[in-house]
Amino acid sequence: MADTALTRQIEPPARPAGWQGIAADWSSDQRAFKNVSWGKAMMWIFLLSDTFIFSCFLLSYMTARMSTTVPWPNPSEVFALNIAGQHIPLILIAIMTFILISSSGTMAMAVNFGYRRDRAKTAALMLATAAFGATFVGMQAFEWTKLIMEGVRPWGNPWGAAQFGSCFFMITGFHGTHVTIGVIFLIIIARKVWRGDFDIERRGFFTSRKGQYEIVEITGLYWHFVDLVWVFIFALFYLW
Amino acid sequence: MTNVAVHLEAQQHAHEALASPTAHAEGQQHPIKLYLVVWGWLFVLSTCSYLVDYFGVHGYLRWSLILLFMVLKAGLIVAVFMHMAWERLALAYAILLPPVLVLVFVAIMVFESDYTHLLRVIFFAPTA
Repeated sequence: MADTALTRQIEPPARPAGWQGIAADWSSDQRAFKNVSWGKAMMWIFLLSDTFIFSCFLLSYMTARMSTTVPWPNPSEVFALNIAGQHIPLILIAIMTFILISSSGTMAMAVNFGYRRDRAKTAALMLATAAFGATFVGMQAFEWTKLIMEGVRPWGNPWGAAQFGSCFFMITGFHGTHVTIGVIFLIIIARKVWRGDFDIERRGFFTSRKGQYEIVEITGLYWHFVDLVWVFIFALFYLW
Repeated sequence: MTNVAVHLEAQQHAHEALASPTAHAEGQQHPIKLYLVVWGWLFVLSTCSYLVDYFGVHGYLRWSLILLFMVLKAGLIVAVFMHMAWERLALAYAILLPPVLVLVFVAIMVFESDYTHLLRVIFFAPTA
């Protein structure tokens, strides 16, 4: 009796699109993000808050650079490298950019294979992403070492405006920390994928909730955000 | 109780299918080729912005090119890699509108730093 009632499909009213959809979703007295799980919504909201943090860093850099009367060091020269006798401007930063973009590419494909429940490919692509990320952090460590050896300090440098060092260390340091956390996050989730946690619905160690392959996409959101921030740092700090 | 739960679940599935016709029953599902194409474009755009520096383009042309490539790259990453293009507008606007307001902050700080710069030029200029 009850079963027949259950199996009867009732067509739900169609959700409106566009501006009407926004008003309807937000005023529906249920949840605003209809087809997004709480995990994904919270990652997006966290990334929004992180956006403000990096915005403030870049803004303070802009303010320092615009208000100083001392010439700003030329990033093109500061980050140049001599490779095989050739003096190439900004080459290290360019390579780091390509590495981070590649890591985003492998991550996007990992998400795709995750939803296809292809454990081996998902884990392999996530580990490749982590390897790219670790390479990026390694190159950043090299860059920091080189600049510190050349006398760049948060309070001064040999080439110009004193604020160059503090802006550089704060912005790239914070970004590098994000990349490092992302690499750790990726390795943890890749291990779970590899072990098949999301197929056998194994309960998590910390939350004792059953995981889903969606966590790969959520990890991906964080990782793409790290790449996104680098796009802005590359344009505004290194190329400007 | 169970009646309601089952009904809600059915409703949810129907909505998922409605919201994004391309989406699989489970999460976002797009052809791999799409990601490879975007990856390629990101490489091209990064190369372009590097070449701006390599060839030493200066002035307004440099700044507009850098900003153009930056915005295009950011757009591709958010829209395709982060799947924002397939989310409902309620989420997209909630996440994408607030950062735009940062531009107001940028405008404020531009005026402020111009003012600071002016004061420094007037009062800290070498007098000897």
